[in-house]
Amino acid sequence: MGQTVIEKILSRNTGSLVKPGDIVTVSVDRVMIDDIMMPFIVDKFHEMGFEKVWDPDKVVMIYDHLVPSSQQDDVRHYKVGDRFAKENGLEHVYRSDGICHQLMTEEGYVKPGDVVFGTDSHTTTYGCVGAFSTGIGYTEMAAILGTGTVWIKVPETIKIAIDGRLPDHVMSKDVILRIIGDLGADGATYKALEFCGTTVEQMSISSRMTMANMAIEAGAKCAVFTPDEKTAEYCGTVLGEWERSLSGDGDAVYDKVITYDARGFEPVMACPSQVDKIQPVRLLEGTAIDQVFIGSCTNGRLEDLQAAARVLKGKKVAPFVKLIVTPASRKVYEEACACGAVKTLVEAGAILTHPGCGLCCGRAGGILWDNEKVVATNNRNFLGRMGTSKVEIYLASPEVAAACAVAGKIVLP
Amino acid sequence: MGMTIAEKIIALAAGVEEVKAGDIHTVTLDRMMSNDGTTHLTVDMYHTKLKNPRIADPKKMVFIVDHNVPSDSPKTAAAQKKMRDFARENEIDFWEGKGVCHQIMMEHYVCPGELIFGADSHTCTYGALGAFGTGVGCTDLLYGMVTGTSWVLVPETIKFNLTGKLPRGVYPRDLMLTIIGQIGASGASYQVMEFCGDGAGTLSVDDRMVLCNLAVEAGAKTAIFEADQTALDWLAARGRKPKAVFKSDEDAVYVKEYTFDLGKIQPVVARPDFVDDVVLAKEVVGTRIDEAFLGSCNNGRIDDLRVGASILKGRKVSDHVRFLVVPASQEVYLAALEEGLIRVFMDSGAIVMNPNCSVCWGSCQGVIGENEVLISTGTRNFKGRAGHPSSKVYLGSAATVAASAVKGEICTEDLL
Amino acid sequence: MEQFTGKVWVLGDDIDTDIIIPTEYLALKTIEDMKKYGFSPLRPELASMIREGDMIVAGKNFGCGSSREQAPEVIKALGVRCVIAKSFARIFFRNSINNGLLLIEQPDLRDHVEEGEEISVAVNSHITYKGRQYPIASLPENLVEILNAGGLVKAMRARNGLDRRKENGTDGH
Repeated sequence: MGQTVIEKILSRNTGSLVKPGDIVTVSVDRVMIDDIMMPFIVDKFHEMGFEKVWDPDKVVMIYDHLVPSSQQDDVRHYKVGDRFAKENGLEHVYRSDGICHQLMTEEGYVKPGDVVFGTDSHTTTYGCVGAFSTGIGYTEMAAILGTGTVWIKVPETIKIAIDGRLPDHVMSKDVILRIIGDLGADGATYKALEFCGTTVEQMSISSRMTMANMAIEAGAKCAVFTPDEKTAEYCGTVLGEWERSLSGDGDAVYDKVITYDARGFEPVMACPSQVDKIQPVRLLEGTAIDQVFIGSCTNGRLEDLQAAARVLKGKKVAPFVKLIVTPASRKVYEEACACGAVKTLVEAGAILTHPGCGLCCGRAGGILWDNEKVVATNNRNFLGRMGTSKVEIYLASPEVAAACAVAGKIVLP
Repeated sequence: MGMTIAEKIIALAAGVEEVKAGDIHTVTLDRMMSNDGTTHLTVDMYHTKLKNPRIADPKKMVFIVDHNVPSDSPKTAAAQKKMRDFARENEIDFWEGKGVCHQIMMEHYVCPGELIFGADSHTCTYGALGAFGTGVGCTDLLYGMVTGTSWVLVPETIKFNLTGKLPRGVYPRDLMLTIIGQIGASGASYQVMEFCGDGAGTLSVDDRMVLCNLAVEAGAKTAIFEADQTALDWLAARGRKPKAVFKSDEDAVYVKEYTFDLGKIQPVVARPDFVDDVVLAKEVVGTRIDEAFLGSCNNGRIDDLRVGASILKGRKVSDHVRFLVVPASQEVYLAALEEGLIRVFMDSGAIVMNPNCSVCWGSCQGVIGENEVLISTGTRNFKGRAGHPSSKVYLGSAATVAASAVKGEICTEDLL
Repeated sequence: MEQFTGKVWVLGDDIDTDIIIPTEYLALKTIEDMKKYGFSPLRPELASMIREGDMIVAGKNFGCGSSREQAPEVIKALGVRCVIAKSFARIFFRNSINNGLLLIEQPDLRDHVEEGEEISVAVNSHITYKGRQYPIASLPENLVEILNAGGLVKAMRARNGLDRRKENGTDGH
């Protein structure tokens, strides 16, 4: 019988033919640990009685939520991490280089077909290069660090096929927001999303990353794209026969198959305060805003900053409106400098911060107050995520966000 | 009897022929600046303490959000929103995230001969352009905002005669810390520090800002340079004209005079927790650091970034150090971008931030933790200013800070 | 079969992890320091009102959002005996099991129960409210194993020879 992409990856990893519902123990190819969970992971690791990490080369530590430090105790997380890295001979440590998910793919830690876990829910991102990846808590991470294995339930797969050319001003963010709206915030709980079709084939890895990143917002365990030549180039690898076979078989069994005609997409927003509360931007036009945030592991990449720069070129951010731009990584920041996007953004009046999670994780980076409205390119608009519970967060694409910054209100690009 | 520059500015603002130290005069203020450290308090008083609140001249007001940018908590956001809403309602010039307040003021407002109040102690910076700038509390600022006037006690002036030229590898920062180390943290209390002499003429406007900015750390009410051709050229390049260009009279009265030979200044640092605990940098070389900060209204300008980048070029920041590079304004940032300095810092592993007060103010942007050590080009090293009460701050020049960031311990440029 | 009775607090759909414990407090040193901020964006008073043995009854997709394990730990630290919801988000579910916080899926109770009322829970069997029984499913075997070991930490300690493994234990905590 045929298999879905995720079933193929898990079958290969476990050396047995898996089917949805099976509980299997996987060998972990790579793990990602971020700063905010660090002290908890280290405590649990020692409490469990482990002394050494199972394979130091497979562990990547990334400080991003707490960079730059905004509270005095933040530095404790760095110190605990640094000590743990030293004790275990961990060499893949990033202290101020950007957001964990961006660095995991950009630095080549994830390859097609890998099985990867991270202590952050948006670990689903790595499906953009055809990997199985998902978020876990610190206790499970501690167990993986000791054993290199973890149990998972093989998920059912929802296939999402999108064909055709997207209309102008529609970005992959609009596509995934619409899909989340259609599925609902729990519409894919415990399941895998498998994206295919000519539309996603035409997308850059960055655009696919945006979609895989947000799969968790529909509750998905993971999301996956079939690796292609773009993937190989991005990962600095050559696709073997098996990697090339990572597409859903014609006779694979899917929980559900959903098809979209790309021409039907339009710029949309997730309205306060649910990620699945999707509205076309055209119906929201005119709503006055106080701030715009362009950044995060969802939309803080070069193509996102360039899209914003195209909109902002020669224009100014509206008076009394703040535009905060937080590149996803040091590399993205430098590339955006080199191509002139940074200059355009800063000249337009943007506040350009150092790469990191910034406002998306709600610890600093532009916190808001009661009744303020923000248009943001990140992945969550939960109540209280960017300030008080009376702050209203609208999620949008970078192009829409930039247009809103210029207008000082919600507008179409 | 002759007058000093400071006295002449006050006389002009008071509309009198002559003033002398110790007089109290009512003056018309040329401009007032307020930042997000205290503006929300001023706005609260405006709304609750006054019967018929009005602003004498909104064009004289400048509000600048720079201390917590981008905002780090709902409390900060509330304070900034209050400020933003007030500026919008009253048509007050409003800057947010564009730079540290004193840098914005120098780039866009300050003119020689003006009398300016700022609700921030480092308002004394404006003396670099021959203006009288001084820090006030929010009650004084509120009074000024409502009436357009205030009162001043004419301060005595101390003359600092600068001779010679700073040697290579020695910076205005070293000079000013040396001066403060010699006269002490209250060595110029309530007084004006007037810098003059041929040595003063060798300094750029940016250099002069470094000196004036730190005057408050010696207790001074303000510091001032004569607006010479260097200053007037700088001003003209920005399309502004002086209000008045004053020189001190030959027979002006100084309460004290000092002479400093710039040629003899060496790299120094101020040790924790006092700005006047100044020692030669070589005495503390080897002290392990956790963070280094290049920025602030004192040393976040293009010259400082050039010095920092020249040291970082081809080098890496030490693994255990967080090196914060924070341009003083967007203008400085764009200049640094154009010159390729941002690239150098990013390549070296530095944390390049949006212009803001950062760890100099000990706020959200790079605060330090328990028992940590920071070397900084910021203005102050008071106990706990940069974070945890147990942390320590050393102050030094951009060169010393950059060299230390590479080495992982306090280090001077020549030892790297 | 384990049975217990307690008072319920009733919440809506999509109670996310930012509501359960906002990011602002995640770097506090201990769960005890964090717990007073539990549910603060939605109901700031709730954390101080929950008593040992109370239960939370919620709608669908409880615990959606981030992987922060502080979320189930805070709920447990507040004294909550179990969370009963129409459905749970995946990472939250795993994190709860790994920390020994009992989660029960029940589709109908939320729409009938009133806050402050008492319910009785018979684990792996049913819930009783105002005389009516609401059936609940059994937990999968592998999760029961972790719960029986006393959570994942204890299971790993046993693996590493630090504690003796419990044999067919019924002690879920």
